Amino acid sequence: MTELTNLKVAEIRDGHRAGDFSAVEVAEAFSANVAAAKALNAFIVETPEHALAAAKAADADRAAGTLKPLSGVPIGMKDLFCTDGVQTTAASHMLEGFVPRYESTVSAKLWDAGCGMLGKLNLDQFAMGSSNETSYFGNVISPWKRKDGGNAALAPGGSSGGSSSAIAARLCPAATGTDTGGSIRQPAAFTGISGIKPTYGRCSRWGIVAFASSLDQAGPMARDVKDCAIMLETMAGFDPKDATSLNMAVPNWEAALSSDLKGKKVGIPKEYRLEGIDLDIDAMWDVGIAMLKDAGAEVVEISLPHTKYALPAYYIIAPAEASSNLARYDGVRYGLRDLPDGAGLQDMYAATRADGFGPEVKRRIMIGTYVLSAGFYDAYYTQAQKVRTLIARDFEAAFGACDVILTPTAPSAAFGLGEKMADPLAMYLNDVFAVPASLAGLPAMSVPAALNREGLPLGLQIIGKAFDEQGVLNAGLAIEERAGFTARAEKWW
Amino acid sequence: MTTTTRFKGATGEWEVVIGLEVHAQISTNAKLFSGAATAFGAEPNTQVSLVDAAMPGMLPVPNRECIRQAVRTGMAIEAQINKYSRFDRKNYFYADLPQGYQISQLYHPIVGEGRLEISPDEKDPSDTKIIGIERIHVEQDAGKLMHDQHPTMSYVDLNRSGVALMEIVSKPDMSSPEEAGAYLRKLRSILRYVGSCDGNMEEGSMRADVNVSVRKPGEPLGTRTETKNVNSVRFVMVAITSEAFRQIELIESGGKVVQETRLFDPATNRTRTMRSKEDAHDYRYFPDPDLLPLELDDAFLAECRDSLPELPDAKRARYLAAGISAYNADVLTAEVESALWFDTLLETGAKPAAAANWVSSELFGALNRLGKSFEDCPVTPAQAGELLGLVADGTISGTIAKAVFEKMLESGDAAGVIVERDGLKQTSDTGAIEAEIAKILTANADKVEQYKGGKEALFGFFVGQTMKAMQGKANPQVVNELLKKALG
Repeated sequence: MTELTNLKVAEIRDGHRAGDFSAVEVAEAFSANVAAAKALNAFIVETPEHALAAAKAADADRAAGTLKPLSGVPIGMKDLFCTDGVQTTAASHMLEGFVPRYESTVSAKLWDAGCGMLGKLNLDQFAMGSSNETSYFGNVISPWKRKDGGNAALAPGGSSGGSSSAIAARLCPAATGTDTGGSIRQPAAFTGISGIKPTYGRCSRWGIVAFASSLDQAGPMARDVKDCAIMLETMAGFDPKDATSLNMAVPNWEAALSSDLKGKKVGIPKEYRLEGIDLDIDAMWDVGIAMLKDAGAEVVEISLPHTKYALPAYYIIAPAEASSNLARYDGVRYGLRDLPDGAGLQDMYAATRADGFGPEVKRRIMIGTYVLSAGFYDAYYTQAQKVRTLIARDFEAAFGACDVILTPTAPSAAFGLGEKMADPLAMYLNDVFAVPASLAGLPAMSVPAALNREGLPLGLQIIGKAFDEQGVLNAGLAIEERAGFTARAEKWW
Repeated sequence: MTTTTRFKGATGEWEVVIGLEVHAQISTNAKLFSGAATAFGAEPNTQVSLVDAAMPGMLPVPNRECIRQAVRTGMAIEAQINKYSRFDRKNYFYADLPQGYQISQLYHPIVGEGRLEISPDEKDPSDTKIIGIERIHVEQDAGKLMHDQHPTMSYVDLNRSGVALMEIVSKPDMSSPEEAGAYLRKLRSILRYVGSCDGNMEEGSMRADVNVSVRKPGEPLGTRTETKNVNSVRFVMVAITSEAFRQIELIESGGKVVQETRLFDPATNRTRTMRSKEDAHDYRYFPDPDLLPLELDDAFLAECRDSLPELPDAKRARYLAAGISAYNADVLTAEVESALWFDTLLETGAKPAAAANWVSSELFGALNRLGKSFEDCPVTPAQAGELLGLVADGTISGTIAKAVFEKMLESGDAAGVIVERDGLKQTSDTGAIEAEIAKILTANADKVEQYKGGKEALFGFFVGQTMKAMQGKANPQVVNELLKKALG
């Protein structure tokens, strides 16, 4: 049975279709892996029954000749997506025990396409974090270990760290993620898998617990580029219930995949060469450039002059939106309610929110509240929005000279749990390469490119023009084919 | 020219400066950002969608009809329509506010500056004043707390949560309670003509925040207070008077007016402090990132404009031009229902002036008596047109018409049927009339003497006696002529 859990999405889909195995076998194999991997803490809720029911339906559909696009593929669902009848927590105490009676648009599309759910994946609380250490349900642990003889538990990245850890450990062939400022790409890079954040508006945000509305975007995480294309095709699409949803047809990305980059120009932004950066990261970047040249692309240096302002702007805009988006968790209608004896409304708010939110969430609510306050709004929020516009213009100008942009995904490989928790700024720096594309709403993906000297995966980021997920996927495929990244974490859990 | 009302204080006369922020519920079946229903008086929490309850992951989607009604309203007050507008979040915590913020429009409202012409003096409609309107923006209403359902807890009803409101903000152009009252009545009338708000103040569909300050004539503006949620025209007028005198007395006794939010208590006719500026919320307004800016195209604006009905001022002008008295024109145009009913009556060919007289006296009287309105009017404009036609062509007299109308109301029969059946046709049979006149003059020889002696007022007495003898059916003109002849 272990062979089945080595299969990727396309292989499961095609193998099931061909009758090589039953969907029930696949679901049971992955569910067994999930059940045996408690040490990774990747799942908040396991739902083998959901996966099994979908698998039975897939097998019946195969018998009846009514297969769906993803029949027989079990996946993991980040616990930020509301799932009808299944606890949805955003990894918070605030929503512990909250069971929605509605299904997010993206998850509904996956179920409609025949996928089954193996469980709800752990994440940073309300998707705020880069290491999965802010989850109320304990941090997720990466399956990867350094080759230094030590046994340090490593961060799987965040916020989609349950998704990245579970895929890397073969607990599921693919999972949903959400990316606000790198939350798909950085964990993918940390765990040696692929993940794509599509153009803002490609995937409906309806039913996804909101962090920062103008940045939040769902996307798939999987083991290779093709699987990402397959998953994204199912997840994307116009949704009239989301006013920011793109009213555009979803292209057939899988069918148009091509690693031939002849005639394409790849931009290398000089501002992303950070001083003092990990030498392995720089080296990998150079290798990536060589790979794309090998695929036929022309490499050009470009400038994104406002890059250094992206992170500060992001850490104003995202907390500002979060401080407002999270106001609804007030103890009145659902979720946690702390009502001390004799408490009035204000006391209930204070007690509920003090108890229900973790320190990182509180920090961001405080930052967001501060930057929106009278007297500070113009100095912070208005300025940050101007920076956001300038960054978007940087990209527009750069895309006059190139088709895609290649950068490292993160400034380092996975770090040890606890190493950066005491220093939020160091933690925030993890997103330095991811955040500009988020601010500009552009599609961007991470593909595994190499192992560093410690034997840990490193990822390359490809940023594309708005709506050009195809260009991003194709460049990703070109790297994937050349990198031949087959490394996997040795099983210790 | 409307004169500014002066308030008499101990130190002399004061002017009051008034601005109104009117919250008008947009008449739509669905809420501003959700598909939930908006009917008044439904069981608590039965008109609440997942969006209205601010469940995790729920998103607002603008309701096109609400936007359309706000634009049409803006056009009706001759305002600038902003093709680009945007929604902002107004953040504060309260149990009736599920999202923890109200979606409103602070920075880029959908409607800019407009104007409203008012006639504060009901007795002199020609005495008008223009009141500037600063803006109209669209926003969500909050839910409602119920404090009387449980001994220690408050209950929340979210039926109103997310209902679409227009906030119509006037400039501080009003200078008397009467002007404020006239402004509200005129605004309500226009909203009802446009169909963007039912104007029902009792049900809370329309309520006003009243900004009041006082100053000595010629002095700069004083510090204003805002009295929240006043829900009738009369209360607004009383609140202004009460608040103006409070401020005057305060200043004259050496105090200072504090900028604050106040509440009006209809039981005492006074305002009291709700919260001072120091306690004012910092609403942390910022553009709602769940919503894209609203961009209105020319086709949409054209449709809005084309769908506007004739508005009260234009209608009134048309009535005046048709020979209808100013008083009648005002009465008929004040409410959209009576105006539409009257217009339908005119379409039957009724003569405008006579028809207006009849409606404003006979029909209004009958409706009052019966406790009915134009919406459930017991006679149709066509039926009334037939009745007025019978008067106009001399078939019946005005007096008989009143009797016929009563019978129409009782039986529902057509005027012509009643006149025919009851033999009420007017007669011009001079022989019959002359015979009756002869009898009357004989029976009242003394009065004939007095008349001939110069007491001409008695002519009316003879007319009345003749009409009575003819059971009202004699043609009054013929009666006049024959009487004059007989009395020589």
